[in-house]
Amino acid sequence: MAISRDWLLADSPTNRRQAVWGRRYRLWLSLRGNPLAIAGLGVILLMLLLAVAAPLLTPYDAGAQHLENRLAAPSAAHWLGTDELGRDLWTRIIYGGRTTLGMVIAVVALTAPLGLLIGSVAGYLGGVVDKALMRITDIFLAFPRLILALAFVAALKPGIESAVLAIALTAWPPYARLARAETLQFRHSDFIAASRLTGASPLRIILRHIMPLCVPSLIVRVTLDMSSIIITAASLGFLGMGAQPPSPEWGTMIATARRFLFSEWWVPLMPCIAIFLTSLAFNFLGDGLRDVLDPRER
Amino acid sequence: MLVEIENLRIAFRSRAESFEAVRGVSFSVGKEKFAIVGESGSGKSLTARSLMQLLPGNAEVSADVLRFDGIDLRGASEKTLRQIRGRRVGFILQDPKYSLNPVMTIGQQIAEAWREHKGGSRKAAMQAAIGLLEQVKIRDAAAVALRYPHEVSGGMGQRVMIAMMLAPDPELLIADEPTSALDATVQAEILRLIDDLVSARGMGLILISHDLPLVSHFCDRVAVMYAGRIVEQLDARQLHQAQHPYTQGLLACLPSLRHPRARLPTLQRDAAWRD
Amino acid sequence: MTGAVKRGVSTLGSLLLTLFGLTVLTFFIGRVMPTDPVLAAVGDNAPQAVVERVRAEMGLDQPLYVQFGHYLNQLLHGDLGRSVLTSNSVTSDIARFFPATMELATAAIVIAALIGIPLGVWAAVRQGSWLDQSIRVICLAGHSLPVFVLALLSLLLFYAVLGIAPGPGRQDIIWQDMIPQVTGFLTVDSLLAGEYDAFRDALAHMAQPVCILAYFSMAYITRMTRTFMLNALSGEFVITARAKGLSSRRVIWRHAFPTVAVQLVTVLALTYAGLLEGAVVTENVFAWPGLGQYLTTSLMNADMNPVVGATLLVGTVYVLLNQLADLLYRLCDPRVK
Repeated sequence: MAISRDWLLADSPTNRRQAVWGRRYRLWLSLRGNPLAIAGLGVILLMLLLAVAAPLLTPYDAGAQHLENRLAAPSAAHWLGTDELGRDLWTRIIYGGRTTLGMVIAVVALTAPLGLLIGSVAGYLGGVVDKALMRITDIFLAFPRLILALAFVAALKPGIESAVLAIALTAWPPYARLARAETLQFRHSDFIAASRLTGASPLRIILRHIMPLCVPSLIVRVTLDMSSIIITAASLGFLGMGAQPPSPEWGTMIATARRFLFSEWWVPLMPCIAIFLTSLAFNFLGDGLRDVLDPRER
Repeated sequence: MLVEIENLRIAFRSRAESFEAVRGVSFSVGKEKFAIVGESGSGKSLTARSLMQLLPGNAEVSADVLRFDGIDLRGASEKTLRQIRGRRVGFILQDPKYSLNPVMTIGQQIAEAWREHKGGSRKAAMQAAIGLLEQVKIRDAAAVALRYPHEVSGGMGQRVMIAMMLAPDPELLIADEPTSALDATVQAEILRLIDDLVSARGMGLILISHDLPLVSHFCDRVAVMYAGRIVEQLDARQLHQAQHPYTQGLLACLPSLRHPRARLPTLQRDAAWRD
Repeated sequence: MTGAVKRGVSTLGSLLLTLFGLTVLTFFIGRVMPTDPVLAAVGDNAPQAVVERVRAEMGLDQPLYVQFGHYLNQLLHGDLGRSVLTSNSVTSDIARFFPATMELATAAIVIAALIGIPLGVWAAVRQGSWLDQSIRVICLAGHSLPVFVLALLSLLLFYAVLGIAPGPGRQDIIWQDMIPQVTGFLTVDSLLAGEYDAFRDALAHMAQPVCILAYFSMAYITRMTRTFMLNALSGEFVITARAKGLSSRRVIWRHAFPTVAVQLVTVLALTYAGLLEGAVVTENVFAWPGLGQYLTTSLMNADMNPVVGATLLVGTVYVLLNQLADLLYRLCDPRVK
């Protein structure tokens, strides 16, 4: 079946594929009406592009030191100037984007499926399993994210892998709670009962029916959380607990350049702007997605 | 004439399109009991609310004439409207579960309505509130006044609503489906109560409902609304002489104990009725 | 047992269980996770004899559950171990540093509530207007900035460029150790001692970190107030109130707002906990001698006992605050009775 706009927007879809894609297209049209969300999406795509194509966008090496040219102001040769060891700032920022986005993707890849599984299992099975899992979730939620992440990183060795693991350990509880809340809504529905009557095992019901239904609100939550993860990662870097120098992570860059705040202020400021723009973009997109996927929350 | 409305139009705007929910409604009401009957979506509630300008923000209201007691309500200032609302026109909503403030006691809510328009001390207002609760035939009024809305039944909640709206002694009462959320046994009681109070106080009444036989017992005149228009206005006693096919269809669908039929007829809608 | 007492007992049981879980988690972080907890406790350069002694002291040759038992026992006696860096007991260190953080957090939340709640109500009442949109954007910006970025920018602008704010630290050198400690809150203590110059000095130093923390809390408080109010304003009882002829102000503040007031208490409790988190980096930037500074300094020196102790404290405070908020909710909202 040819994919055309009419096919997608047909009032009565003839097959499942058409219905699913039609719905996705309608959501996309809704989202497109929100200028801030589209701006956010644009910025994120741009960041991704910059991160992926980093080596092509700059002639400099992220680690190459030129001490004779340290703390240079922005110029034609160095678009954003150089840092305290003479490294080109523009290069370090886009390579830093790689680090940051890599960390975020790693965290989400670890936590979203885990949180989703724990939440759906707790919501579906109920009883003792539910109580136990939710108790564990509550315990993790009792600590502010940064403080718990700091504690974890302190126990392991400071570095990117520890930071990712630490953030992941603090990021999964909200997803579990969300998945559980969504599951509780569907648990007693007729179609679940029908599935059970045909002999489907609980695992199959959870995997095939319940988890997919939780995905839309999870996507919204993940997008909104991204900015929080970026900020936590940067905070860890700032405190020296995340990516270690000379790795070009934005938070770490700010920490090492901190003492030049009052003189060569652009050196710590550029990574600040990078963090701000990326977080803001994710927040705009997440807000837009929430308006589209869950309108009653506006 | 208390209420004069001519060519009332209410439209809702959303992004690109505009939807007209009320398309040119005209009627007038004096010191009588007037009913507006129609199905869901006919625009009857909106018409009633437009008189008090209590429509949601995205509604666009226009009319050739929209008057209460000679006062032009179109584009009236908030000050003018506030002098009419409550003091001269009372408004009863459908479901007391939602229409009463959940965190204020019943007595406080009624006393507030009293004090706003009649002044006086808090104590006097509370006494008056208890008196009003007795007027709507609630036993143990003093105890009920201390309770919260979720602690009383639907029927009692609706009585509270009536008491609250009658506190400032208005001239007109608008009741928007006052019995639709209640049990069948309680419905007639509440309507009878409204009827008695309105008659005793010499007020006008605009009763909105979807229940044709119910309103025909209590009201003097009936207007039938369909798809945003009034299709027929007639005396309540002359309903059986209705001309418009929609009204005739509605009457024909009613089951009757005196004239039992093997099969109830269904309403066949004609697209021409929309015009 | 009446229903209320039964509920109280079960809540208490639940609370204790959660607190117990907190200790398990912190034990895990402090003893199980590090590759060698002994080295974490005594530092890399300790001589072998010390290492062996501490290993025996810490009971690391014992099975895990025995170790946990010791840990729990110590906790119940208020012993959080000793800090390698300060050589004091962690408990006394925390008692010294925590009031400074609380001073910041309390001032910040008061300001954030006083400004944020009316802003949220306003934004809800004028939904869709440019005022509402700008408030939303300001709040969104608050969620998109790390606390330390704003702290650094504030230092740059108000201290370096404009020169109107004092530098980092809690008070000027001349006032150090001059004010007798009564509450631990410098502002209160200097007032109690009658030293108005010291009071002004303390306030001036507090201004920047408090404003920054207040801004971040405000972002959350305003957004939640707006959401709650939008919900409340769409209720039928609001139409009733308007139909009664009440003024807009009365409808908003005496009818709609009270229905959300209790929910806001929970929001404030959550925000306070979030403030403790924000304090960690803010204290770092402003050299504020509070719990956050204590935590980060210990972190950088791999001094695990303070880290675990401070983390446990923050978690406990959060759980207790939440429980308090829940209790207030039950007591104040007539619908829940």
